[in-house]
Amino acid sequence: MAGQTTQLDSKTLWGGKESPFQTSYGKLMMWFFLVSDALTFSGLLVAYGFVRHDTLEAWPIGEETFNSLPFLGHGYPLIYVALMTFILIVSSVTMVLAVEAGHRMDKKGVVKWMIATVIGGFFFLGSQVWEWSHFIHGSEFGRIELADGSEAIVKGHFGEIESFTVIEAGMHHKKGEVIKDDLMHTFQHAAENGHIHEGGMIHLHDGSIAKIKKAHDHDMELTIKGASQDSKRKIGDKITGKEAEKQYYASLYSGTPKVTYGAKWFEDGTHWLPTKNEYGPQQYAHFFFFITGFHGFHVFSGVLINILILIGAMKGTYHKRGHYEMVEKTGLYWHFVDLVWVFVFTFFYLV
Amino acid sequence: MERDDLIEYSLDTHHSEEQGKQIRSKIVKVTILLTLITVIEVALGAFIKQSSGAWPYVKWTFIVLTLLKAGYIVMVFMHLGDERKWMRNVILIPYAMFILYLIFIALWEALAVGDAWSSVAV
Repeated sequence: MAGQTTQLDSKTLWGGKESPFQTSYGKLMMWFFLVSDALTFSGLLVAYGFVRHDTLEAWPIGEETFNSLPFLGHGYPLIYVALMTFILIVSSVTMVLAVEAGHRMDKKGVVKWMIATVIGGFFFLGSQVWEWSHFIHGSEFGRIELADGSEAIVKGHFGEIESFTVIEAGMHHKKGEVIKDDLMHTFQHAAENGHIHEGGMIHLHDGSIAKIKKAHDHDMELTIKGASQDSKRKIGDKITGKEAEKQYYASLYSGTPKVTYGAKWFEDGTHWLPTKNEYGPQQYAHFFFFITGFHGFHVFSGVLINILILIGAMKGTYHKRGHYEMVEKTGLYWHFVDLVWVFVFTFFYLV
Repeated sequence: MERDDLIEYSLDTHHSEEQGKQIRSKIVKVTILLTLITVIEVALGAFIKQSSGAWPYVKWTFIVLTLLKAGYIVMVFMHLGDERKWMRNVILIPYAMFILYLIFIALWEALAVGDAWSSVAV
């Protein structure tokens, strides 16, 4: 590498002896830490692989589960995650440019690129917040259990809910009142509890009954994800058109809880446990939150460390020291975070 | 009392303007390559369905492309390619040995457990 010396001087010595691989102590220790951290992440991903291979249930498909963009809705398979990947790659690039500037003792360059890296990190964290929120809230149709006991995920355009007109007064709402607030949330909550009935009647919390005014759904398509013993339907079977609508609403209006939206958390008295999710087996959501959460935690601490280094660079601490190796060591950690995401991206979202 | 047993190390921490230019152009090339690989991955994932016959090949393509991406990040961005040969080996060999074994044993077991479940299921 550039600037490499073959001569040994006091700087290449570890407490009087020759340094292993002519590497500074801090850099080598950073590498050892990264190897151990990589083992942790590999362990998590291998555990995910284990569960995925031993399960008999249909595992969720990445492009079906992650196909939304903020403001634009559905129909964009994997684009958002790809964008997150790109953001992280770019911030890795700005980091390596900061390291390069450090090698030239270019203080301004280091500060400029470190700022860019920190911004990239915040962008990624923000994206992850949206992703989690979207995963927890789920799709508009949710996952539906059909009359024969098989389970299906739903694709299509969900007709907008316009209003609820109260036809039977309750504690709070009067007869004839038109409700226009919080419609989607109320609708999904009622659907989950089996409080929507034949003809689009919704039972509200206060005991009143209202008629739902809703635009028509379009292009509905059910894909069977869970087989049942009473059903002839197999995993992967599709139901489309009018038949899909008929089956979906027959279940939704059945008066018993048949639909799941997003990932549900359930309090059993002592623990918070993720119980059901619309995407697939329980473990899928466990691993989603744990792996992306653990990675997100790394990104978060990486951003904090980057900010500290940025402050150090701005104050001229490293310049006075004569070298910017701290930037390099932090850079190793930041690239590692990017590296982990490359694998999470492949094994969680793509494969 | 000033300690004389602490030494500030700084190895390979400097290069010239010219070397900097070369390094920057390499960084740009690698950036384009990594972006391209990601675009290819997403396109494959979006257009080829998991139910299609080509899927097993797509899956392996993903894994190969991922390793390629990882290789560029580790070797270029993390400068491991510029370190001494045995430093590289000390980091990569034990890790690779352990993880390949873990992948093999865990997935093999998983398939066996899956078989056991399916033979119990009615």
